[in-house]
Amino acid sequence: MSVLENVISHYNHWITVFLMVSGLFIVVARGNMVKKLVGLGLFQTSVYLLYISPGKILGGTPPILAPGLTVYSNPLPHVLILTAIVVGVATLALGLALVVRIHESFGTIEEDEIFASDEDDRP
Amino acid sequence: MREHLPALQVVIPLLGAVICAFLRRGNLAWALALAISLIMPVVAGLLLQQVLSSGPISYEMGGWEPPFGIEYRVDVVNAFVLFLVSIIGAVIMPYARLSVAAEIAPERVPWFYTMYLLCLCGLLGITITNDAFNAFVFLEVSSLSTYTLIALGKDRRALLAAYQYLIIGTIGATFYVVGVGFLYTMTGTLNLSDIAGRIGSIENSRPILAGLAFLTVGISLKLALFPLHLWLPNAYAYAPSTATAFLSATATKVAVYLLLRFLFSVFGVGFVFNELPVSEVLLLLSLAAMFGASIVAVFQENIKRMLAYSSVAQIGYITLGVALANKSGLTGGIVHLFNHALMKGGLFLVMGAIVYRIGSVKIDDLAGIGRQMPLTMCAFVVAGLSIIGAPGTVGFISKWYLAAGSLELGLWWLAFLIVISSLISVVYIGRVVEAAWFREPSAAARKAKEPPLSMMGPMLLLVASTIYFGIDTQLTAGIAARAADILLMGLK
Amino acid sequence: MNGDTLIGLALLIPLIGAVFIPLTAWNPNLRETVTLLTAASLFFMVAAMAMRVLDGARPELEVLEVLPGLRLAFEVEPLGMLFACVASTLWIVNSIYSIGYMRGNNEPRQTQFYVCFAVALASTMGIAFAANLFTLFLFYEVLTLSTYPLVTHKADENAINGGRVYLLILLGTSMVLLLPAIVATAVIAGTLDFAPGGILSGKADGAMVGMLLALFMFGIGKAALMPFHRWLPAAMVAPTPVSALLHAVAVVKAGVFTAMKVVLYVFGIDLLAGSGQNDWLIFLASASLLIGSLVALTKDNLKARLAYSTVSQLAYVVLGAALATSWGVIGGSMHIAMHAVGKITLFFCAGAIYTAAHKTEVSELTGLGRTMPFTFAAFLIGSLSIIGLPPFGGVWGKWYLALGALDAGHVIVVAVLMISSLLNIAYLLPIPLKAFFGGTAAAGRPAKIKEAPLPCLIAIGLTSLGCLLLFFYPGVILQLLQLIPLR
Repeated sequence: MSVLENVISHYNHWITVFLMVSGLFIVVARGNMVKKLVGLGLFQTSVYLLYISPGKILGGTPPILAPGLTVYSNPLPHVLILTAIVVGVATLALGLALVVRIHESFGTIEEDEIFASDEDDRP
Repeated sequence: MREHLPALQVVIPLLGAVICAFLRRGNLAWALALAISLIMPVVAGLLLQQVLSSGPISYEMGGWEPPFGIEYRVDVVNAFVLFLVSIIGAVIMPYARLSVAAEIAPERVPWFYTMYLLCLCGLLGITITNDAFNAFVFLEVSSLSTYTLIALGKDRRALLAAYQYLIIGTIGATFYVVGVGFLYTMTGTLNLSDIAGRIGSIENSRPILAGLAFLTVGISLKLALFPLHLWLPNAYAYAPSTATAFLSATATKVAVYLLLRFLFSVFGVGFVFNELPVSEVLLLLSLAAMFGASIVAVFQENIKRMLAYSSVAQIGYITLGVALANKSGLTGGIVHLFNHALMKGGLFLVMGAIVYRIGSVKIDDLAGIGRQMPLTMCAFVVAGLSIIGAPGTVGFISKWYLAAGSLELGLWWLAFLIVISSLISVVYIGRVVEAAWFREPSAAARKAKEPPLSMMGPMLLLVASTIYFGIDTQLTAGIAARAADILLMGLK
Repeated sequence: MNGDTLIGLALLIPLIGAVFIPLTAWNPNLRETVTLLTAASLFFMVAAMAMRVLDGARPELEVLEVLPGLRLAFEVEPLGMLFACVASTLWIVNSIYSIGYMRGNNEPRQTQFYVCFAVALASTMGIAFAANLFTLFLFYEVLTLSTYPLVTHKADENAINGGRVYLLILLGTSMVLLLPAIVATAVIAGTLDFAPGGILSGKADGAMVGMLLALFMFGIGKAALMPFHRWLPAAMVAPTPVSALLHAVAVVKAGVFTAMKVVLYVFGIDLLAGSGQNDWLIFLASASLLIGSLVALTKDNLKARLAYSTVSQLAYVVLGAALATSWGVIGGSMHIAMHAVGKITLFFCAGAIYTAAHKTEVSELTGLGRTMPFTFAAFLIGSLSIIGLPPFGGVWGKWYLALGALDAGHVIVVAVLMISSLLNIAYLLPIPLKAFFGGTAAAGRPAKIKEAPLPCLIAIGLTSLGCLLLFFYPGVILQLLQLIPLR
C-alpha cells in the first residue's frame, strides 16, 4: 500500500484532525468570547467523528436483530456520542450563559478589552 | 442494602441535587446538602472498611455485566479517595450555611447547593466507576457544576474565571475523550480492567501511544499540572469561599486519582515508566510546579490567590511522587493527596472566615488581624506549618516519603530540591503571619472578631486533623502504602 | 514513681504550665507564681531522674509509632540528662529574673511571653530525652517555632527583621540539610534510634560519612557553626531573659547537644575517627571559634558582643565532638554546662544594665560600675568563667577539651584553645574593668547606687554563685558524663 493510499484510506481521520485543529485554533486565536465557544464546539464535534467513523462497518446494516442480518455496525459508539452531544450542548449552554453575564457586568465580550479594564487579573 | 453501597455513593447526591433544584429556600437546600454530605462518609467508610478487609468490590450498575454495562469497582485506592471526598464534604457543609449566605444573593443560594451536590456526585462518580466513558460523563458533571459554583462568586471577575476554566476544562475533557476513543478503537472495550488486560500485546502501537498522550494531557489540565494550571488561580481566588475550600480539597485530587488509575492500573508501570519517558517529563513538570508556582505565590497580594498558587505547587509534590514510581514515592504522592486536602481545605476555610468578618482577603486588609481573630489566625499558622512540612504535621509525613523515595533511587539532588522548595512556602506563609500579627491593624481588621461557632468548628476540625494525622498515620499513610502496592501491581 | 512516668511528667509539666499561665493572666502575681511553680516542679522531676540515671537506670517511654520505623519515643541517657538538668535549673533562675526585667521595662504581652517560654522549655526537654532522630527533629522544630514569638516580642521593624533571619536560617538549615540527612540515615541504616557506637557504623563509609557529617553539622543550625551563625546575633532583638536562657542556654545548647548526640549515637566516634572525616570539622570548628571571638571584639553593642562570644563558645562543643575521643566528648559536654552558667550570668547583667541605666553599647558603660557595683562584679565573675580561669567553672570544659585534643594528637587545637582564651580576655574583661575604673569619678562624693530590680539581682547572684560552685564541685557532672557509652 502506497503512502497515498494509506492517507486516503484514513480520510475520516484527516477530517477529524482538520476539525479538531481548526476548533482549537479558533479558541486560542479569537478574542471574542462567543467565537471562542464556537471554536470549542467545533473542537468537540470533531471527536464525535473520531468515535463514530470506526463504528461503521462497510456493508454492514444498522444494528437490528433480525433474521438475515449478520453484519451490522457497532451501536455502542453512537450511544456514547449521544451522551457526548448532550454534554457538549450543556457546556455550550453554560458557556453562553456565562458570556451573557459577562456582558452584563463588563459591558463587552472581547477578552482584550476586559483584561485592559482589570490589568492585574491576567492569569 | 450493603451490596448496593457503590451505587448509593453516586445516586444519593445525584437525587439530592435534583430535589435541591426545586427548593426555593436557602436554608432548606442547605439542610438537604448537609444531610447528604453527612451520609456520604458513612457510605464511603463502609466501603473502605469492606475493601480493606475483603478485597475489591465489583458492582454491576443496573445488573448489566461488565463488557456491556457499566461496572463500579472499588479497591483500596479509590475507596481512599471516595472517603477523602466525602469526609471533606461533610466537614465543609456545616460551615457553608453562614459563609454562603454572606457571599451569595439569597435567590441563588439553593442553586449553590444544587451545584455542590452535582459536583460531589460527579467527583464520587469519577472515582468509583471502572468505565472510561462513564468517567468522562462524571468528569463533565463535576466540571459543569464547578464552573457554575465559581461563577456564583460575588466578584464579577468570578465570571471571567469560570469562563476561562470552562474553555480549558472542556479542552481537557475532550482530550480525555479522544484518548479514551483511541483505547476503545484498539481494544473494543471501555471497561478499565478489560482494557488493562488487552493492552499488553499492542501497547507499543501508535494509537495506544497517542491515547496515552491525549489522556495524560487531558487529565493534567484537570489536575492543574504545571504549566496547564493557568485556570486555577483565578478560579480559586474568586469562587465563593466554601466552594474554593471544597474544590481545592477534592477536585484536583480526583483528577490525580484518574491519572494514577490510567498510568498505573491501565497502562501499567512497566510500560509507562520503563519504556516511555513519562517519569522524566512528569518529574520535570512537578519540579517546575514546586518552584515556579511557589515563587509566584510569594508575590500575591490576594491571599486566596496565593493559596491557589500554593495548591499548584503542592500538586507538584503529588505528581512528583507519581513520577518516582517506587513504593515510597507513590505512597508519598497518595498520602499527600489526602494531607493536602486537609491543610488546603483548612486554609481556605480560614480565608472564608476572614471574608465573613472583614469581606476581603487582601494581605493589607489583614494587617493586625491576629489580635482580633487569634484562634482563626492560629489555625492559619498551624495549617501553614503543614504546608511548610514541619514535623508533627501531615506535610512532614508526605515530605518524608517523597524524600525517602528519591533517596532510595539515589537521587540526592531531588531530595534537596524537595526540601528547598518547601522553604519557599515559609516565605509566603510568613508574609501573612507577619502582616496579621506585627502590622498596625487596618480599619477593617480593627472591627473584626472571631467567626461564629458553625464556621469555627469545621475550620478547627480540619486544622486539628492536620496535626492528628501528622502523628497517627495509620489511616492515611497505612492505606496509602497499600494503595501504592495495588497501583504498582497493576490491574491485570 | 518510676522513671518512665518521670519522662512523661518532665514533658508535660511545662505544657500544663503553658495552659495555666493564660488562665491566670488577670493577676500578674499569680501568673508568675504559676511560672515559678512550673519551673520548680520541672526541676524536681529532672533532679529525681538524674538520681536514677546516676544509679545506672535508663528510663524509656515510647509514645507511638508515627510511620514504620519512625517512633515518637524517649530514652534518657547521661548526656541528655545533663542538658535537661542545665536547662531546667536555669529556668527557675531565669523566671525570677524575668519578673524583674519584664516589669522593670513595662514590656507588653507578658502572658504570651511566659507561655512561649514554657513551650520552649517543654521542647527542650523533648530534645534532651529524645530516643531517636525523628523525635529530636520534631522537638527541634517546635523549639524554633515557639521561640519565634519571643524573638519578635517587641514587634517593631527590628524585631520583625531579626525574626525573619532567625526563622529562615533555623528552619532553612534544618529542613534543607538536616532533614535530608535524617531521611538518608533512615534509608542507609534502616533505623533512627540512637545507639551507643552509632547506627551508621558498618553501614556507611568514606565519602558517605563525610557528606552526612556535613549535612548534619550544618543542618543543625542551632549549633551556630559558621557560616550559619547569623541567626544568633539577629535573635538579640528579643528581651534579655530570652537571650539569656534561650539564646545562651536552651536553643543554642540544643544545637550543640544535637551535634554531640549525632556524633556519639549516629556515627559513633570510632567510625568518625576511623574515616578521617572529622578533620575538616575540627578545622571548621576551630575557625568558627576564632572568627567568632574576633568578630566579638569589633562589636560595640553589648548583647551583640555576647552573641558572637556564644558563637565562638558553641564551637568548643562541636570541636569536642569532632575530636572523637572520650576526653573530647567529656570536655565538649562539660562545656555545655559550664558555658551555660557563665553566659547566662553575662546576659543577666546586660539586661540589668539595660533595665537600670538603659544602656546597650559597651562604650557607654565606662564608669557605670560605680553606680551598679553588684551587677558588674557579677559580670566580672561570668567573664572569668567564660575565659576559663580558676576558681570558676569554665576552666573544666576547656581543660578536658585540651586533654581530648592531645589524646587525638591535635596539638594545634590546644594552641587554638589558648589563643581563643586570650581573645576572650580581650573582648570580655575590659567591660567590667572600664566600668569600675574608667572615666572620672564624680569628685568627692560616692556615686549613688542604682541597681536593677531585686528579682534580677537575686538571679544574677545565684548564677554567679553557680560559676564559683561548679569549679569546686564538677565531680557530679564528670561522673554523669563518664557514664556516656562511647562504643
